[in-house]
Amino acid sequence: MTDLQSLNVIRISASDANPPQLRQNVEVAKLIDVTRCIGCKACQSACMEWNDYRPPVGYFNGTYTNPHDLSHDQFTLMRFDEWVNDEGDLEWLIRKDGCMHCTDPGCLKACPAPGAIVQYSNGIVDFIEENCIGCGYCVKGCPFNIPRYSPVDKRAYKCTLCSDRVSYGLEPACIKACPTGALLFGSKADMTDVANGRVEELRGQRGFPNAGLYDPPGVGGTHVMYVLHHADKPEIYSNLPKDPHISWLVQVWKGAYKPLAVAAMGLAIVGSFIHAVIYGPNEVDPHDVEAGRRMVDRRSRGVIPPRPPEPPPVSHVKPEEPVK
Amino acid sequence: MRPPPGTVLRYPPFSRFNHWVTAVCMVLLVMSGLAFFYPWLYWLTVFFGGGQMARATHPWIGVVLFISYAIMVVRFFRHNLPHRDDLRWLRALGHVASGREELVPEVGRYNPGQKFVYWANAFLILILLVTGIIIWDWYFYNWTTIEQKRVAVLIHSIAAFFTILVLILHVYSAIWVRGTMPAMTRGYVPVGWVYRHHRKWLRQEAELAAQGKPSAIAGAPAVRTDPR
Amino acid sequence: MTNTWGDIRNADVVLVMGGNTAEAHPVGFKWVIEAKIHNNAKLVVVDPRFNRTASVADFYAPIRPGTDIAFLSGVIRYLLSNNTIQHEYVKAFTNASFLVDEKFGFQDGLFSGWMEDRGDYDRSSWVYQRDDQGFAKVDETLQNPRCVINLMRQHVDRYTPEMVARICGTPADKFLKVCELIASTASPTRAMTSAYALGWTQHSVGSQNIRTMAMIQLLLGNIGAAGGGVQALRGHSNIQGLTDIGLLSNQMPGYLVLPKDIEPAFDDYMKSRQFKPLRPNQVSYLSNYKKFFVSFQKAYFGAAAKAENNWAYDWLPKLDVPLYDALKAFEMMNDGQMNGYICQGFNAIQAIPNKKKVRDGLSRLKYLVVMDPLHTETAHFWENHGDLNPADPAKIQTEVFLLPTNCFAEENGTLVNSSRWLQWHWKAQEPPAEAQPDIWIMAQLFQKIRQLYQKEGGAFPDPILNLDWSYLDPMDPQPEELSKEMNGRALDDLKDANGNIILKAGQQLDGFAQLRDDGSTMSACWIYSGSWTEKGNQMGRRDPADPGDRGISPNWAWSWPANRRIMYNRAGCDPQGKPWNPERALIWWDGKQWTGLDVPDFPPTIKPDSGVGPFIMLPEGVSRLFSVDQMREGPFPEHYEPFESPVRNVLHPNVSNNPVARVFPDDRKEFGKADKFPIVATTYRLTEQFHYWTKHAHINAVLQPEEFIEISEELAKEKGIGQADWIRVWSDRNSVVCKAYVTKRLKPMKVDGRMVHVIGFPIHWGFTGLARKGYGANTLTPVVGDGNTETPEYKAFLVNVEKTSPPANAPVA
Repeated sequence: MTDLQSLNVIRISASDANPPQLRQNVEVAKLIDVTRCIGCKACQSACMEWNDYRPPVGYFNGTYTNPHDLSHDQFTLMRFDEWVNDEGDLEWLIRKDGCMHCTDPGCLKACPAPGAIVQYSNGIVDFIEENCIGCGYCVKGCPFNIPRYSPVDKRAYKCTLCSDRVSYGLEPACIKACPTGALLFGSKADMTDVANGRVEELRGQRGFPNAGLYDPPGVGGTHVMYVLHHADKPEIYSNLPKDPHISWLVQVWKGAYKPLAVAAMGLAIVGSFIHAVIYGPNEVDPHDVEAGRRMVDRRSRGVIPPRPPEPPPVSHVKPEEPVK
Repeated sequence: MRPPPGTVLRYPPFSRFNHWVTAVCMVLLVMSGLAFFYPWLYWLTVFFGGGQMARATHPWIGVVLFISYAIMVVRFFRHNLPHRDDLRWLRALGHVASGREELVPEVGRYNPGQKFVYWANAFLILILLVTGIIIWDWYFYNWTTIEQKRVAVLIHSIAAFFTILVLILHVYSAIWVRGTMPAMTRGYVPVGWVYRHHRKWLRQEAELAAQGKPSAIAGAPAVRTDPR
Repeated sequence: MTNTWGDIRNADVVLVMGGNTAEAHPVGFKWVIEAKIHNNAKLVVVDPRFNRTASVADFYAPIRPGTDIAFLSGVIRYLLSNNTIQHEYVKAFTNASFLVDEKFGFQDGLFSGWMEDRGDYDRSSWVYQRDDQGFAKVDETLQNPRCVINLMRQHVDRYTPEMVARICGTPADKFLKVCELIASTASPTRAMTSAYALGWTQHSVGSQNIRTMAMIQLLLGNIGAAGGGVQALRGHSNIQGLTDIGLLSNQMPGYLVLPKDIEPAFDDYMKSRQFKPLRPNQVSYLSNYKKFFVSFQKAYFGAAAKAENNWAYDWLPKLDVPLYDALKAFEMMNDGQMNGYICQGFNAIQAIPNKKKVRDGLSRLKYLVVMDPLHTETAHFWENHGDLNPADPAKIQTEVFLLPTNCFAEENGTLVNSSRWLQWHWKAQEPPAEAQPDIWIMAQLFQKIRQLYQKEGGAFPDPILNLDWSYLDPMDPQPEELSKEMNGRALDDLKDANGNIILKAGQQLDGFAQLRDDGSTMSACWIYSGSWTEKGNQMGRRDPADPGDRGISPNWAWSWPANRRIMYNRAGCDPQGKPWNPERALIWWDGKQWTGLDVPDFPPTIKPDSGVGPFIMLPEGVSRLFSVDQMREGPFPEHYEPFESPVRNVLHPNVSNNPVARVFPDDRKEFGKADKFPIVATTYRLTEQFHYWTKHAHINAVLQPEEFIEISEELAKEKGIGQADWIRVWSDRNSVVCKAYVTKRLKPMKVDGRMVHVIGFPIHWGFTGLARKGYGANTLTPVVGDGNTETPEYKAFLVNVEKTSPPANAPVA
């Protein structure tokens, strides 16, 4: 499924090869309707079960968000925020955090290991663990702070959007577990339609004039989208970035800088070669040998001549004559 | 091995060892670093036993490089302090480049070009160390923010780029100036080579020898083995 | 539930009060979301705490724990004074027009008939006026001041919005907004569903909480309608089955009533169970009581139950107290009156109020048998776990037997859900190690006990020796055999009125209509009759087809009674038999018979205009706004403060609490007073855990790892408590140390002129399992039982709070 022969892979990390662009797969998307999510964490449990990982039992730190952060053994996490709106009423904002599966994935851009991160033709961005070298560049590349480095096996992990299930025509495990339909899965076009319907209802009948779909264009859109009551303020949902894009630092690092650097280093080597061709080697000539021998011999015999005067300006300097 | 007569001791064994440790580290770091930087050079990781191993060893080699180079920095510090004469040499840089050394002022133990390599590396390696630690997630992930890491990784790669340029300059110079290599292989160089490239230094050593003081000149009554 | 989970999607308003559906019933809550999305329903939450349900609600109003009756009585007052009731429904389908006995009255917090010396009511005045024929008198014009509706109007008149705010702490504007939303469903084409759970039952006035809502739904015409009803969301997957099967000590299967010691003879017992119609022509289906009873006795005692021995009536126990419930059991243990205890699927030390009393009681036993798949705290009550369980094993002589049982997925059987569906499930895997099914263990026990009785005789061996145990393998009865027994079968050939054989001896019954009181049928649980017929196991059906798209799916599993999905669905049609809301019709009169999507809750061929009321289980044929003599507190609900309350009852300070609630004298001494314990505490579940079970599962332990108590930012500020600081919470009964969750979701409430803090204690932690160890909320809760059901008052009690230092063994955060 991750090889090019499958025609499923459209982007590969750290590769100058052009993956086949032949297959016109339907782009998929997970729609997280925050407005119908009750924060039950069934998705989190299902993720643990399907992927068979178990984080350690933690401790209470003043929130229902448990574990307290995403980790190599927590691909998805319900984040809880108590937010008081302008009318002074409390809203309990609960957001399922996890990989957004960007159309323009920062992790893939940053990844130095060929084939460690791929994007499938359905839009899923997947870490291919056998190719991961554990450098953590994906962490720096991601605008959403999602991938996590495993201190156990030194590889990076994140939500796979259950690519192993989706490729067999199943929905991701979290979708299957969600009891309220807050998580939906389908083609991106369908999910956008559903979301737009929800937004219309939220604006028209539920009193959320700023409801909207979160599908940030800064990363070319995402394959995990949110319906938000307050799409104008995504940051109130546990710091969902308002206008996410790949950091300009990463853009420079993985962008223009690369060819410039290789050009400069190449020039340095080529320049050296040209220099060598033009000027030939800088060799010791017999005169140097003789003069040097004399300098050493005389002084080693104990005859100490006065120091030579300061040399005149360079252009007038003549080769030193042997001392008589 | 004692330098044969007609030669000058330039680098005693420890200096050579120190240099080559640094050099090998540098080459390995350039290889693995470039492998992480350019996909078309990723194959270089095979020399380390694959990507995971290259990733794991790169920072450690960097630490060795830093320590090794730090020793060199200390040992060669005095010789690499800037000197008024250096300006005159720099003014004659065109002659230096064209190999017309007869038109260049006398040079002591190191010419300003060599001093530049010394100081550039000292500066760049320090930057590489600091930024390298920031992005050494295995130990230091929690010490910095992701944004700081992004800055660090960019600076690391830029510093590495300049280090490579300096390395090219260094290696090319060593090749172009014939007779240089033995200084770092055997440790001594012919008097003629010294006369041509480091005449001031030769003069100083000859004076010491003439006074019967320890000098770098082979065959003199007392031979100094440290690279003062 | 009167309706079903799936029916919630038909609602226009969903009121969640006395429950937290999203939190405790997340899977069923999907239907609330469906109602919102497809029906534009408004979700209204009234709760002490802004909870997970509130997080997706359209409107939230706070309420002080234990004041729901005041709130709901205020709603009734609003509906009556704004005339937003469904008039035709109320007139035709409720007892609004019935005339109440002249002696009935209410004064200073007490209804007529109070007997101070006995602490109980003489309920003889809580009845209708009767005419010469014994029928109840009615005034169709509703003008008579003794009409139920007029008495009710008078009764609730005190619950003005200002009074509601004063008692409940709910701001009057928020209360009125809730009233407005509720009242919007008085229209025959709009329906409200009310979802409640333990937030209503676990009070000293629990039954009356629910009854008040039932009255509101009747006034709005929402009983019997699709999307209407009162939904008891059960707290365990099979707790509906538990009550159906009559596992309460005063009941027998199918809500038959266990005889009392004042009914020594069968005739005494049957005399009060004639259920003669109270109005002309009514069905009064319970007049078949004897058929259900005799068939049960035949199932129990087989051939030994005969007409000559009054169907073995004498072998049934006769209750000498209202109920031997769990609170009573621990009172008796502490008094030395009970010295052996079998805990089957029950973690008493975690689940019963006042953990110390439970531990003391268990410590006085001779033996304790725990049948459970898990290492419950109860099985380990004798272990010392420091302050969490300060038991001294050296001083405890109780012999504890832990019999490992399998889990539900390790056996065939049926679970009854809140929708009254009996859903058969199939064994998925073998139980581990020595674990055995509960049935197997009970069979071994029974056989051993019977052998002992055979060998040694004993005081009263007859019920044990004569118990019918005709299973294929007497040591290992199968769930299928038990299910067939509950459905019942013909013991002789059954003939219809014309003498035609309808069932041969030995055949499974089609339903309870075939039951006889002559000993020719048997059924161990008459309401389950129809679940396993000659057509096979109806509970195993899995056809989701839903003709009419009304959420009925009649061929999915089997629903009691008679596979009826919506109870009282006859009341969903007007008196002429037309659906009130044709858009959401369930059944209708087609000119010849009742038909529709659901099984009619009405004799199928009785015409709508025959004067037969839709509530066929009641002798009146109509529903009760005035509950006659059924409720121990009185025919109308009245607000009584919780036994531990920060304020006196402002309506009648001299009768502050429920006068008929059950309190043991020793427990009363430990009740907290507001001066020492000014903070109201309530308890609840979290979605991530199920009771004290799932903390034994790694994933759940990860999702909510450690005990905490929720407190408001205002209280935290007052007490100098920071986020996740360690706090001590205590009452006179005991003290708990755990972390504080300082949250905006709890707010102090203004009650009777002063601010009252409310804190919330999730119940899930104990000293066994994979989660971090904790005390458990019932370390603090008081022992007091609801007047009708003896359900403990877990939801409203008093504590004090202070900041403290972490315990010595506290985990490093």
